[in-house]
Amino acid sequence: MERPLTQHIQPGGEPLSLAEYEKKGGYQALRRVLGSMTPRQVLDVVSKANLRGRGGAGFPTGTKWESVPEGAPKPRYFIVDADEMEPGAFKDRYLMEGNPHQLIEGLIIGAYTVEAEAAVVFIRWEYTRARKSLRKAIEEAYERKYLGGNILASGFNLEVQLHVSAGRYICGEGTALVKSLAGDRALPHAKVPRQTQAGLWGKPTILNNAETLCNVPHIISNGPEWFRTLSRCNDGGTKIYGASGKLKRPGLWELPLGTSLREILEECAGGMREGLRFRGVLPGGASTDFLVEEHLDVAMDYDSVQKAGSRLGTGTMIVLDDRTCPVGMVHNLEHFFAHESCGWCTPCREGLPWAAAILKALEQGQGRAEDLDTLGQLTGRLGPGRTFCALAPGAMAPLKSALKFFRADFELHVAEKRCPWR
Amino acid sequence: MAVIYIDNKPYEVKEGQSLLNACLSLGFSVPYFCWHPELHSVGACRQCAVKQFRNESDTRGFIIMSCMTPVEDGLCISIDDPEARQFRASIIEMLMLNHPHDCPVCDEGGECHLQDMTVMTGHVRRRTRFPKRTYRNQDLGPFLNHEMNRCIQCYRCLRFYRDYAGGRDFNVFGIHQRLYFGRYEDGKLESEFSGNLVEVCPTGVFTDKTFMKHFTRKWDLQTAPSICVHCSVGCNTIVGERYGTVRRILNRFNREVNGYFLCDRGRFGYEFVNSELRIRRPLVRDARTAEAQPANKAAALKRVAQILRKTPGLIGIGSPRASLESNYALRKLVGPDRFFAGVSGAEQRLITAILDSMRKPSVLSPSLQEVERADAVLLLGEDVPNTAPRLALALRQSVRVRPMTLADQLCVPRWMDHAVRLVVHDARGPLYIATPYRTRLDSLATKTLRGAPDDIARLGFAVAHELSTDSPAVAGLSEEAQSLAHEIAQALQGASCPLVMSGTGCGSMAVVQAADAVARSLRKTGRPAMLSFIVPECNSLGLGILGGGSLEDAVERILKGDAHNLIILQSNLFRRLDRETVEEVFEKIEHVVVLDHVANRCVERADVVLPSATFAESDGTFVNNEGRGQRFFQVMVPQGDVQASWRWIRDIADALDKGELAPWTSLDDLIADMAASVQRLKEVVRIAPAADFRMTGMRIARESHRYSGRTAVTAYVSVHEPKPPQDDDSPLAFSMEGFQGHVPPAVIPRFWSPGWNSIQAVNKFQSEVGGPLAGGDPGIRLIEPMENVEKGQEGAIVPEPFRPRTDACLLVPLFHVFGSEELSMLSPAIAEAAPEPYVGLSPEDADRLGLRDGNTVAVRWDETELTLPAKIMDDLPGGLAGLPHGLPGLSGFVLPRWGKIRAK
Amino acid sequence: MLTDLMKRELLAEIDRTETRQAACIEALQIVQRHLGWISNETLREIADFLNMTPDELEGVATFYNHIHRKPVGRHVILVCDSVVCWIEGVEEILEHIRATLHIEPGETTSDGLFTLLPVQCLGACDNAPALMIDEELFTNLTPARFDEIVAAYRDGKS
Repeated sequence: MERPLTQHIQPGGEPLSLAEYEKKGGYQALRRVLGSMTPRQVLDVVSKANLRGRGGAGFPTGTKWESVPEGAPKPRYFIVDADEMEPGAFKDRYLMEGNPHQLIEGLIIGAYTVEAEAAVVFIRWEYTRARKSLRKAIEEAYERKYLGGNILASGFNLEVQLHVSAGRYICGEGTALVKSLAGDRALPHAKVPRQTQAGLWGKPTILNNAETLCNVPHIISNGPEWFRTLSRCNDGGTKIYGASGKLKRPGLWELPLGTSLREILEECAGGMREGLRFRGVLPGGASTDFLVEEHLDVAMDYDSVQKAGSRLGTGTMIVLDDRTCPVGMVHNLEHFFAHESCGWCTPCREGLPWAAAILKALEQGQGRAEDLDTLGQLTGRLGPGRTFCALAPGAMAPLKSALKFFRADFELHVAEKRCPWR
Repeated sequence: MAVIYIDNKPYEVKEGQSLLNACLSLGFSVPYFCWHPELHSVGACRQCAVKQFRNESDTRGFIIMSCMTPVEDGLCISIDDPEARQFRASIIEMLMLNHPHDCPVCDEGGECHLQDMTVMTGHVRRRTRFPKRTYRNQDLGPFLNHEMNRCIQCYRCLRFYRDYAGGRDFNVFGIHQRLYFGRYEDGKLESEFSGNLVEVCPTGVFTDKTFMKHFTRKWDLQTAPSICVHCSVGCNTIVGERYGTVRRILNRFNREVNGYFLCDRGRFGYEFVNSELRIRRPLVRDARTAEAQPANKAAALKRVAQILRKTPGLIGIGSPRASLESNYALRKLVGPDRFFAGVSGAEQRLITAILDSMRKPSVLSPSLQEVERADAVLLLGEDVPNTAPRLALALRQSVRVRPMTLADQLCVPRWMDHAVRLVVHDARGPLYIATPYRTRLDSLATKTLRGAPDDIARLGFAVAHELSTDSPAVAGLSEEAQSLAHEIAQALQGASCPLVMSGTGCGSMAVVQAADAVARSLRKTGRPAMLSFIVPECNSLGLGILGGGSLEDAVERILKGDAHNLIILQSNLFRRLDRETVEEVFEKIEHVVVLDHVANRCVERADVVLPSATFAESDGTFVNNEGRGQRFFQVMVPQGDVQASWRWIRDIADALDKGELAPWTSLDDLIADMAASVQRLKEVVRIAPAADFRMTGMRIARESHRYSGRTAVTAYVSVHEPKPPQDDDSPLAFSMEGFQGHVPPAVIPRFWSPGWNSIQAVNKFQSEVGGPLAGGDPGIRLIEPMENVEKGQEGAIVPEPFRPRTDACLLVPLFHVFGSEELSMLSPAIAEAAPEPYVGLSPEDADRLGLRDGNTVAVRWDETELTLPAKIMDDLPGGLAGLPHGLPGLSGFVLPRWGKIRAK
Repeated sequence: MLTDLMKRELLAEIDRTETRQAACIEALQIVQRHLGWISNETLREIADFLNMTPDELEGVATFYNHIHRKPVGRHVILVCDSVVCWIEGVEEILEHIRATLHIEPGETTSDGLFTLLPVQCLGACDNAPALMIDEELFTNLTPARFDEIVAAYRDGKS
């Protein structure tokens, strides 16, 4: 089984230096792109590879790059979203800490494709190791002229800088991230015009997740057909899956896209810890719907997970066991989302703390029967289209599915006037 | 046009507007908070949700925000859909989780948009049991009260204050459900438009602090349509009264003039009406030195008749802050050749030049709305933010006109505010500012020039010459100025609605002529040029139309012994002429009759003082800087013997047995007389409906149908309810009885509509939301360009460059929005916001004189010496010094003039 | 007071951005690295330096998680309280911190050594519970391990 993204990473070890990366074939893809390919050709290859965004939304990367209108104004900006703040997600950190040049190479190829001459890697402050490794890698890349003016004598220029975020989940929303880069409060704004028309400083802007870009050099080197064969579904490539919770071996693994939930949880993670039973899983991070026992054979690809009623999201799953209170878990999640709401739109700003307060009351034995109805209503009122951006609908996903799958647990909290797990 | 379906009925609406706009214009009740017709859509509050259906067979539909949805042909929506209704109610429920429900003690109660929207959505039951968040409030200065607990986080305040009005000392702090809208620290909000937050805020976070001191519920206010008296823009206002005092000023929407917003001077300057210095009874003085004695009306008039009969030779001095009617009445009484405009010769000449310019062919004097649409602006000599603040706010919008095309290119609707701001970013259209000192618009300017008035005029003439060689060349211009002139000419020529703005602020004829020259030259290039002048007072142009000599002319007549008696109309001569000259006048003249509102030095010297009504107690017409005649209506019956100046003048005529000179029993009689005898004012009769106008047989009620306690108000005197006072001058009634519905725009006393108790009710009075008032915006343009007018003024002379002197500085006026205007300074809140008197010095001159900030200096010319603290102004060119116009002790002289400055 | 060193660092950041304001988040972090927190006076100075009003900078500073507008101790303990750490028993760790350091989240120990703050998921979910002290990550926490870590900081590890 091929593991292009992680094959050279030493778990817990030092990041690959430029020399090491080059020795493993690094920057060959970039040389080929700059030496012999037009942006259009690169775009065709990436489009054919069926690479979909690994940040959560799963938008086809080729389509995104293509949406920069021909003749759109310059400068154009290329942004890497390395602000991994989804609770339960830790895959980008692993890639950046282990093999930063892979990301930088993907970034340069992407920027070349959309003719961007300025790039920003947007990374969260808490990722101190990843920050250091990226900073060093960027310096090395400048020294070797992979970055800067006239890269590899191709006439292509690219300046890259690292922006360390002061911390906000909402920066994962592309339009908010751009506000943050402009030195402003990270508030999402309308999707008209698209960012690819007018993003950072009102100029065309491309935003890709870190893992997504790590795939790009491999697609160039090995071709789109190869990339598609890596997966077990229509979309190409491998995926870094992660699993946490009370498993025997929590961790992350690079597997073919479309590997089943059961395979990941039971074979890779070794199943539940002694004496515990599986009750449910958030398959793609905190903002995805619970899947339960009956879904264990679902293939972890974009379409299959969606069909099962959830989202692939970041592909990093959080497991709920039978000794952990689902109400408490959802309370923790809603508390997080309420705290991370940017405060722009009413349902998110007011609805999330309300949901969190009700869940807390349930946990403290002060729940009322009608609270469950209120929570149910909130999942609708904070749903897609009701709020300004996707934060609140994401926040409602675990709550809504928990009310569906673990309703008896909620009712028990009300009936017994306490949390049965405490 | 597009056809859209709302709850299965087709409606024809304008394509491309926002769906919310369309629904409201059609009269549907769609609730909203963050959207504002002038601030547009941002999709924050999620209150305006409706349901959209994909096609006819779609029965489920999906929720959309109407404010963020463009109207397209065939759009199919439901407002009534149960899910949409439920969602809208749930938004209110969520807003109410933390709202304190303190309506009974909240100043907004009864005119609160949040209350209205709550009722509209039908949310009635509270389900939450959790504690509400609370905040510490800030002291925001004398104008605004702050009560953050009531905030529903619609972001309107921020969007108005920062995005629209450019204020930078206000922001939102914090995140998630702990947001705070306020200042970094306690202190007065710096923007002169802060008062608009009272109306922009949909609930009671920002309320009028001056109103608080004499609070009355909206429904208990007697209200009338009025015109602001505090500058020449003539913003339309609604004045509210109870118990005989003015309680507050609100904006009165007029699309062509002030739109939705007022400046703080206009909003908070009203308290002079309630001032303790008001004159309520006639005063009679037997001898000049004697103490003035209150007299009744008959006795005072008898005394006036006595003194006027004794000696012949009566002259009258009019006033730019009195109505056309009162000025005309005085002119009629004394005769046109013995009527003098109450302004200095210098000002008079400027006003005449401006009036001439406005009548010359082809160049339009724009309305404020048209200023907002200008796509290239040259500002010559005028400190607009301080002399005509509302116009400065319009200029602030005008710089966005040109970059808007960026949004058009990306198919971003102009009303999608955040998207537009993102695309436009910091792009701005051309705005060139040439003034003696920095203005608050400079940060928006493409380029600025600091110079003496003559140098500003030279730049203007150079631009004119660049545009057309018919205009004289400017000799000896620096290369820098030449290239600036070239650049400005290019910018104006490249625009589709170029605007030149200037005014009397510099006191320079050359500047006014230069502005005129630029506009004429621009016109010759085929551009539709607009030329806007700012004049000193609310009726400066109206007085200009009536003509009459200057104050100096009047003085000459008096000193020559050609005039023995003088009637002064609403004017404190000590503010307008040197003290020595006025003293001389009082020495020489035999008798002086003064008509004014408030005690001042002129009043103190008069033989007879007749208490004249303010704008709140009388009706009349002002002509604003655009040339628009606008009517104001009295809101209350004045206390004591106060009456309109023109009525006093009529009474004087009667007392002199010259009733035939003033045969008017009502305002309409007077207006008809004036219109018939002054050709240029013949349209004045059309400005507003006459007093006999009736709606379905009824007068228009000044009091709302909910007005309470009308018997109780006077019960301490008598339990019998008095008959409401008669109003002979307008179709309005001092009563809650009368017509309460929609009336002609010029006489709308308040905006109210069932279910719409807040100022947002204005939606219901417009032809379309945000558009003109149904029936047309009030006011009639009295001064239009005339094609057949003789050329005149062609011989404008380009001044020599300004040459600084070593022995003196050229003193120029410095304007302060709070402080420079006479009447508003009598209002405590405005006075608190005004600066202390000072003299502004350039760094060069300060250096030369060895002066530092705060040093006491003497400023001298002729017999005058002023002692003032020095303020070093790094923006003032060397050779100039500034005196703040109108501050206490700093009036009564005409600037610019040379003055000697030395340390003291 | 902004030192010359800080100003140099700020200028380097400003050089890389389109507008001075665009550097403000980095600027706050730079100064905070030097001073530990952003006082009112410091905020004013930074705002001046960036041609912003304090109102504008405060709007940004109070939006983000990691700008300290109140004094903090010599070391800041950031305990992840997100979902995986919660499942793995972070409440027990927090209880232990309360018992041993006598501080609640948001508080500083009386000796000024430690400030305890909650933090969002640190991306160490496979080794939960996790916390950071200053810029260093610690995983697989137990009360005993926490004591060891804290002891090391007490002994002068910086």
